[in-house]
Order: sequence, then C-alpha cells, then structure tokens
Amino acid sequence: MKSLEAILNECEALAFDLNFTRAKKWKAEQSNRILVGYLPIYIPREIIHAANGLPVGIMGAGDRKQIIKGDAYYQSYICHLPRGIIEMALDTNLQEFDGFLFPAICDCVRNLSGMFKLSQKGKFQRYFDYPQNFDPFIGGTFYMQEMEKVMDDMYRVNKVRIEDAALFNSIKLYNRNRQLIETIYNIRQEFPWRLSAVETYHILRAGITIPVEEHNQILEQVIEHIIKERGEQMDNIRVVISGSFCEQPPIGLIKSIEMAGCYIVDDDFMLGSRWIRGEIKENFESSLAALTNAYINQSTFSSAYYDVGNPKGDRLVKMAKERKADGIIFSAASFCDPALLDRPQMQKACDDAGIPHINFQYHENTGQFKIIKEQAGTFSDSIKLWA
Amino acid sequence: MADPKEAIKEKSMVIQKDMLAKQFNDLSKAKELGKKVVYTFVPGNLTELILAFDMLPVYPEINALQSGMRKKSGDYIKDAEKIGYSEDVCTYVKCDIGMMLNGNIGPTGEKLPSPDLLLLSYTGCFTFLKWFENLERLYPGVPVAMLHTPYQEDGKITKDQVDYMVKQLKEEVIPKFEQVTGKKYDPARLSKLLENSVKAEEYWVKILEMAKNKPSPIDAYFAGVYYMGPINTAFRGTDECVEYYQELYNEVNERVKNKQLPVNPEGEMKEERFRLVVEGPPNWTNFREFWKIFYDMGAVIVASTYTKVGGLYDTGFRHNPAEPLESLAKYCMGCYTNLNLPQRVELIEKYVKEYKADGFLINSIKSCNSFSAGQLMIMRQIEQRTGVPVGFIESDLVDPRYFSYANIKNRLESYFQMLEQRKIILKQEQAIV
Ligand code: SF4
Ligand code: SF4
Repeated sequence: MKSLEAILNECEALAFDLNFTRAKKWKAEQSNRILVGYLPIYIPREIIHAANGLPVGIMGAGDRKQIIKGDAYYQSYICHLPRGIIEMALDTNLQEFDGFLFPAICDCVRNLSGMFKLSQKGKFQRYFDYPQNFDPFIGGTFYMQEMEKVMDDMYRVNKVRIEDAALFNSIKLYNRNRQLIETIYNIRQEFPWRLSAVETYHILRAGITIPVEEHNQILEQVIEHIIKERGEQMDNIRVVISGSFCEQPPIGLIKSIEMAGCYIVDDDFMLGSRWIRGEIKENFESSLAALTNAYINQSTFSSAYYDVGNPKGDRLVKMAKERKADGIIFSAASFCDPALLDRPQMQKACDDAGIPHINFQYHENTGQFKIIKEQAGTFSDSIKLWA
Repeated sequence: MADPKEAIKEKSMVIQKDMLAKQFNDLSKAKELGKKVVYTFVPGNLTELILAFDMLPVYPEINALQSGMRKKSGDYIKDAEKIGYSEDVCTYVKCDIGMMLNGNIGPTGEKLPSPDLLLLSYTGCFTFLKWFENLERLYPGVPVAMLHTPYQEDGKITKDQVDYMVKQLKEEVIPKFEQVTGKKYDPARLSKLLENSVKAEEYWVKILEMAKNKPSPIDAYFAGVYYMGPINTAFRGTDECVEYYQELYNEVNERVKNKQLPVNPEGEMKEERFRLVVEGPPNWTNFREFWKIFYDMGAVIVASTYTKVGGLYDTGFRHNPAEPLESLAKYCMGCYTNLNLPQRVELIEKYVKEYKADGFLINSIKSCNSFSAGQLMIMRQIEQRTGVPVGFIESDLVDPRYFSYANIKNRLESYFQMLEQRKIILKQEQAIV
C-alpha cells in the first residue's frame, strides 16, 4: 500500500492538472473510448461510464491559469468560473474531449453551453436540464429523456449502445465511490485532524478526473490510513461550509479557514460526487429507472433544486446537527445568484436553530485571504468563548 | 384643437391607460370582487389560463420596473441588502423584496393584495426559481404552483418537452388553480380567450414589422416597451387587448402612409439617422434620459430582443385555441430568453438584415445573467455575420448605482460617430461602383 503522503501528492497533482493528462492517456489506450467533460454540479456519471466513456469534472481554472481571452467574453459582473472555462476551451486544455455537459444550475452555465456550440468545441455540447417537478411520472420521465439524449450524443461518437447490465455495473462502481467518500467524511466527523479539509478536497477532486475504479482504490487506501490515528487534535471549532458548490474556492481559502481554528466537518465543494444520498438501487426495474428514482428521491439539497416543501435551510441545519458542527460558514462565489439568493433564507434557518454563522464571498482566483482568516478566527474565538 | 394625427396616436394610449387603471382598481378591490390573486412572471406567463379562472395576475417584475421608474427602487434594494441579500444578485428580486418590506405599495400608491397563489412559471431564467423560493417563505402558507419550462437546448421544441409541460399543467398547475379558486377548469373558456390572443398577436407582429419601413414609424425598444405591455402581461386574451392592438396598428399604419417618424416624449423625431437593433432590457431608473440620448442623435431602434421576452411571435408562433394546453407550453418555451445562444444569434442576425439596421447595440444588464452571460460572444458573431458596427454599453434595470449617464453618453456618442463614418464610407463605395 502506498503511503498516505504519496497518495495525497498524487491526488493534488491530478486535481489541478488542467490539461487532464491522465484522462487523455486513458482515452488513448483504446480506440472507442470517449472523454465527456461536465461542469458543476451533478451529472449521472454512470451513463458515461457505461458508454465506455470517462466523465471528467471541469471545475474551472481556479487560480492556476492566467485568463487572457476569457475576460473578453465576460462582463466584470459575471462570476469567474465560465471565463476560466472558456479560456481552457479556447486554449488547448480541453482538446481531445468528445463532448461537454452543462448541468442546469444557472443561466451562466446554460449560456456557456451555447458558447461551446457556437465555437464548436467537442463533438457535442449539451445543457442537461434537471426537472423541477418531482413526480416520477412527470419529472422522472423528463429526467430519463435527458439521460437518453446524452446517451444518443455519445452513441453518435463511439457507437456504444448501453446495455442494462453495463449500466448496473457502473451504478455499482459509483455506489461504492459514494460510500467510500461518505466513510471518509464520517471518519473525519469524529477525527477531523486525521485528514485536513484541503487533503480531502484534493482526494475528491482527483476523483473526477480519473476512472472511478482507480478512484475507488485510492479511497480504500486513504480509509485504511485514516482509521488509524494521524495528526494531532487541536482546540478547533467544527464548521460546515455552504455555498461553494460551483465555482470552487481557492485552496488558500480552505487552508485559511482551517488555520484560523476551524475543522471543516462537511462542505459542498465537490457536491456532484456526493449528490445522491445512499445507494442507487442495483436491482431495479431498469438501470435508467434506478438512476431516475435516485435523482427524484435521493438528491441532496442544493441551490439547483427547487425546494418548496423541503427547504434547504432546514436540511442544512439538520446536517450541521448531525455533524455536530458549532457553526456554519456561508462561502459563495461573487456574483453567484443561486448561492447568494439562497443565503438569506438559509441564514434565517440557522438563526432559528441557534446556529452561529458568518459569510464570505470569493473568486476562484482570489489571492488574498488575510481578511477571511481574521473573520474565521474571530468566529472560532467567539464560539469557543460562548460555548 | 388637437392635431387629428395626434388624436389618433393618443387613442391607443388612452385604451392602455384605461386597461391599466381598471387592472389596478380591480386589484385593490380583489377581496370585495371575490377574485383570487396570483403572483407570476412575465416570460412564459399563463395569462389566458389565469383569466379562465377569473384570477387577477400580479407581476413582481412589473412592480420592480415601475418602482425603478418612480425612483423608489434604490431604497427598496438597499432595504433588501440590509436583510442579507448580496449586492451582487439580480436587482429585480431585491427591489421586489424591498417593496414588500415597505408595505407592498403598488404603482398607484395603493397596497397590492397579497397572493392567493404563487405561480412559478420558470421560463428562460434560473433566478425566477430562487425568487419564488424566497417569496414562498415571505408568504408562508400560500400555495405554489410550479411549471418548469425546458430550455430549447437543441434549438427546437420537441414533442417530449411539450408532453412534459402539458402533464405539469394538468397535474400540478390546473389542480392548484382549481383548489385556490374553487372553480373547475373550463377548456372551452380557455380556447375562447386564446382566440383573442391570436388576433392580438397578428396585429402585434404587423406593428413590429412596420419598422422595416424607411423611415421607421415606431421605436421598437423605447416605445416598444409600452406597446408590448398588454400582450405580455395581464391582458392577452381579452377583448380590450385586441382592441388596443387593432387601434395601435391603425395608428402606426397611418404614420407609415404619412412617412412620419417615431414619437418620443418631446414630440415627433425629425430625422432618422441611424437604424439600430438592440439586445437586452433597458434601464428603468433613468429611462427618459437614456431614451433621449438616442432620439437626440436621430437613432431609431427598429427591432429589439427585449420586446420578445414575454413572447416571440414574429417567427411564426401563435397560440392555438384547438390545442390550448399544448400551445401554452409552446408559448412558454418560445420566449426569447429560453432560446439557446445560437438561436439568439440567428434571430438578431435576421433582424439586422431584414430591418436594414445600420448597427447592433447591446445594453448589458448587470442584474441579468439570463440575458448578459454570453452577450459578448453574440456581439462578435453579429459583427462577423452582418458586418454592421456593434456597440456595447452597461447599466442595470432598477439599481440606480449602476447607471452612469456620462459614461453611457460618451460611449454612445463614439458609437454613433462610428456609424456615421461607416455611412460615409458606404456611400463613397456605392458612388465608385
Ligand atoms: S458560480 Fe454560480 S453563477 Fe457562476 S456559474 Fe456557478 S452557479 Fe452559476
Ligand atoms: S435575472 Fe434577468 S430575467 Fe431573471 S429575474 Fe433577474 S432580471 Fe429577470
């Protein structure tokens, strides 16, 4: 077994390889393999896997790529994520990708799908509409049709027809992936010092750039390491981070929060990998019906998801309580309408439940964290003082 | 005595004014009249269905724009920011929430009735969803009917998408309407209203297309936002709406015959120097000043995309009384911001060519990602495809902090100079040929 340090180094390199070298190498190994890039948040990756494809999460350029062309495509009052992604598309980073999926999270991502169409990036570009109706016969049918469209797109590229057995096999692999990730979060809930939030982030982000089989092996090894004692317990408060599901916070920001005395016991950074709660049924009437059933009944709460009847503020409070969090940090990308418009109501739910909270805004390429560190430090001190 | 042409011009305005007055009067007496009030959005509105249930619609976006015009939006927005809404988010939402916090006083100075139903028809803009999640919490207990409109991802409306929407109408929307009003859905009544919609739509398209004349008899943006009012909001399907558009059509027709130029708040334009196609909503807080920059320079907007947010009819769509629910679904999916980016580019290209525009201008709105994200690519595409000079200005809908008169004027003056120079060059080239 590899040492944890070696695994962590490898994951960090994979997570921020904006050329997706590993994914491209995987594609080159067999003639009818395809690479399908997807943006935040959630895509049923199982269908891509079953079509002999590798789903690759494109989470933005972060602070690792200079934006030269991208700024000419976006006004200053639009979040940073799409300008980094268009920069990558206009540069060579996304060459060899066969297609791109743009989940229905906001109008920036939606319109970016059109920009990819107009600039003819990839062999297909598709906005993946999530139903906002959760009746299995209405929204469920629509969701299934959305998946079938993606399956047709992929078929046109590599002529792989997805068999039910193959898709059930993919479901099984991703079930395992989600289960291993939750195990890590559960261990961290009790022993957050054993694996820092930054390390966890690297491990999860690496996972969206490599085959799920390889990621599962990595996760298994990580678990073996962290079930044993590692690191040193500090007198930190425990926080949940909410609002960072799309444009990703720079690593410096996550580090600053940790260094300011906060253990991050849950977050929504890599929400797509954790979107489905629990197992997708492995012996259901059909594999597509199993994925649909999971989307309709087991989706986590999110700003992309219409929540009347099951408000996300209440669900956040519930999660914070389950994680025994002392407070919540609302950390959203600047100009992110979905996150920022949800914030007041979610804050109110925290107030009603007596959970302290603070909020930040960031850009993925923010370089200064002094103020954030101070704010998080004060937050941590005040919680300790009043505890 | 008034000039007879002026009198004709005013008749449609009088009709619209009366319609609006009655609407607000009815709203203020909703309880007495026993009418249920439904809050909903302009793009993808289900006006005919609402009217078929005798409900009264309120459009929070219209309240916000009117607050902008009445210079109240700045304070409303600040009040929403005080309770935690970020400076970065859509100002229509903040203006609406601020208005609620200040007693929900409508444009007539009277309190607007609270909703009996929130109808979230979710067309072309993701923020609508967030807006109504917020409203739902501000009006606890009020039922919410959700109608999710699929995006025209493949550049067309598919049968699956229509079926999805019709099912939602049947299983989600109509039962909520029935529950709130205590009335049964009457398809014949809906079809009757849709017959009127078609009549109004026919006139509306003819009116818009009259801007193909040189000179154009109308300004299809600054005046267009007034013209589009009835058909895009509470009146589509009514007799008054048909009457309004018939009258407007007659007036505009008359203007064409007389080679008259568009009317603005200071009278009739004297010269048409530039014909423009405009993309994006206008600014409401400084609407008059903004408009004046254009008419002072002899710039006429011959076609605009904003007037299509509440329905796109000039590419052929009409409501269909024979298939009422299907046609409501197609209408919702056809609204401008529900088109994909390539479709938007094609539509604008068609406008530039068919309306013989000298230029294409984008007014990019800080608030509105639905319109704004991707506009710079639209601009490049139009420049490449049509060769006309393109211009780009930035403002906001209702946040006065984002309207810089000097900045916009400077930019527009440079743009108009560019258009002027191009005209001279084109003339010289034609002379050589
Ligand atoms: S960061 Fe927010 S606004 Fe930007 S693309 Fe993502 S969800 Fe949309
Ligand atoms: S984002 Fe644009 S379309 Fe959406 S509510 Fe705001 S102003 Fe309206």
